[in-house]
Amino acid sequence: MKRWLSIFFVGGVIAYRGLFNWIRPAMYIPTMLGSPLFQLIFFTKLGQYAHAESRDFYIVGNSVQVCAMSSVYGMTMAVANERWYGTLGPLLASPANRAAVFLGRGVPVLANGLFVSAFTFVIGALLLGFRPGLGSIPSLAVIVVVTTVSCTCFGMLLGSIGLRAKDFFFVANLAYFLMLLFCGVNIPLNVLPGWMGAIGRCLPLTHGIAAAREVAAGAPLSQVSGLVWTEVGVAAAYALAAYVLFRVLERESRRSAVLDTY
Amino acid sequence: MSAARVVWSGFVMNLKMVGTSSFFLLTSVVQPVIFATVAFYMFKSGGRSGTLLYAALGAGMMGVWSTTLFGCGGIIQWQRWQGTLELGVGAPPSMALVYFPFTLANAFTGMYALAATLVWGRVFFGVPLHLVHPWLFVLALPATVISLGLMGLLLASSFILYRYANAMSNLLEYPVWVASGLIFSTSLLPGWSRPISWCLPPYWGILAIRHAALGGEVWGPLGMVVALGIASLVLSVFTFGIFETRARARATLSLT
Repeated sequence: MKRWLSIFFVGGVIAYRGLFNWIRPAMYIPTMLGSPLFQLIFFTKLGQYAHAESRDFYIVGNSVQVCAMSSVYGMTMAVANERWYGTLGPLLASPANRAAVFLGRGVPVLANGLFVSAFTFVIGALLLGFRPGLGSIPSLAVIVVVTTVSCTCFGMLLGSIGLRAKDFFFVANLAYFLMLLFCGVNIPLNVLPGWMGAIGRCLPLTHGIAAAREVAAGAPLSQVSGLVWTEVGVAAAYALAAYVLFRVLERESRRSAVLDTY
Repeated sequence: MSAARVVWSGFVMNLKMVGTSSFFLLTSVVQPVIFATVAFYMFKSGGRSGTLLYAALGAGMMGVWSTTLFGCGGIIQWQRWQGTLELGVGAPPSMALVYFPFTLANAFTGMYALAATLVWGRVFFGVPLHLVHPWLFVLALPATVISLGLMGLLLASSFILYRYANAMSNLLEYPVWVASGLIFSTSLLPGWSRPISWCLPPYWGILAIRHAALGGEVWGPLGMVVALGIASLVLSVFTFGIFETRARARATLSLT
């Protein structure tokens, strides 16, 4: 158990330091902090111009959604970069428990996602006048944690695809942008066509953002527990799917000897 | 004549390269279509359906800027990774001339974005494609694209010394969309940001394109686009010279 935990935590942190391309401050600050900041301003102003929803709708939606930047890109890099750097073979040849290797990589990504999301909420408060009640902040924090976990599990699935896909960044970029469209970040789900809403409900973020909006408007956590538990369920489903896909692709890559090929 | 040949060869070469890149497919077609769809639904839900052409043009120009920005941010970096930067710098033509056709090709690829959002808007959202001044639109579009290419050249020159040029590309995408008022009016922004907008070719470019499409004065913004493009070209010739010399002196040209 001790070894499992060591691989999970220490291995996860080492993998993150080695494989997350944007870890240096010169990359991290413009990409992980600058970009979400301006994304928030862009969509809030666009919403204001379109007379669509209230300012808080966009602030909460985008502040929660930006955690996907860490989750989607971070997890993709944490898995797929092993192949890019040529270290996938030695990693998979090791006897380390795969669940510990794989899931441990999500922990630093999760922490980073929480930080980016919190930063964006603070910017929303400082620059755009977002003022949730003080009492709602702990509930909001719980929802952001659950949503970031869910996004990280989704990122694991994308990262697993990176074990075999040629252009895994294309997949990560596409997923990130589609989440802006399908997950109710800037458009209420009832405005979208039914099929788009249905896809959105199967993705991470959607229920978390809906819950965060209600809590920011003053609802207690108990009132949105259904949404939060649904987000937990989405997270579990993606984590399981990611792990199964990882093992299947690992076995297939070994069998067909294409582990490090592009 | 040989300068024209350098520009043409570089333009065609880079057009072929970006044409086979899935990343450019994403920034010049997929991403603008997604952003256009988001904007269409936001405008629709706000009861501003009459402004869908406005949204389509704006989303298309966002794509032009993204393609220019990532292309120009990437030029130096990709050449470093491929080990061809020294060859480009060592070639007899000036560095600005060597890299100008690359930025031009990137901006040209960005025009796919405008085509994609207009076709997408027409087919799926019934956006009317009636242009008030079609000939001025045809004039404003290439002028804007070339001007953005020249602005990209200026950016590319500054990235010679900067090891994390792609980080700056990640950062500068949204701010220019915002400050240029590509999809909403800059009157929503604080007054202090107005001079920043005035210095940006995309600000005048979208005004010229929008006025040509929806009605309004075109020549003034068009003149500003051309003027800022020329200014970017002149500045980039100087900055390429300065930064190139500095990178050679510090031996940091190929530093990754």
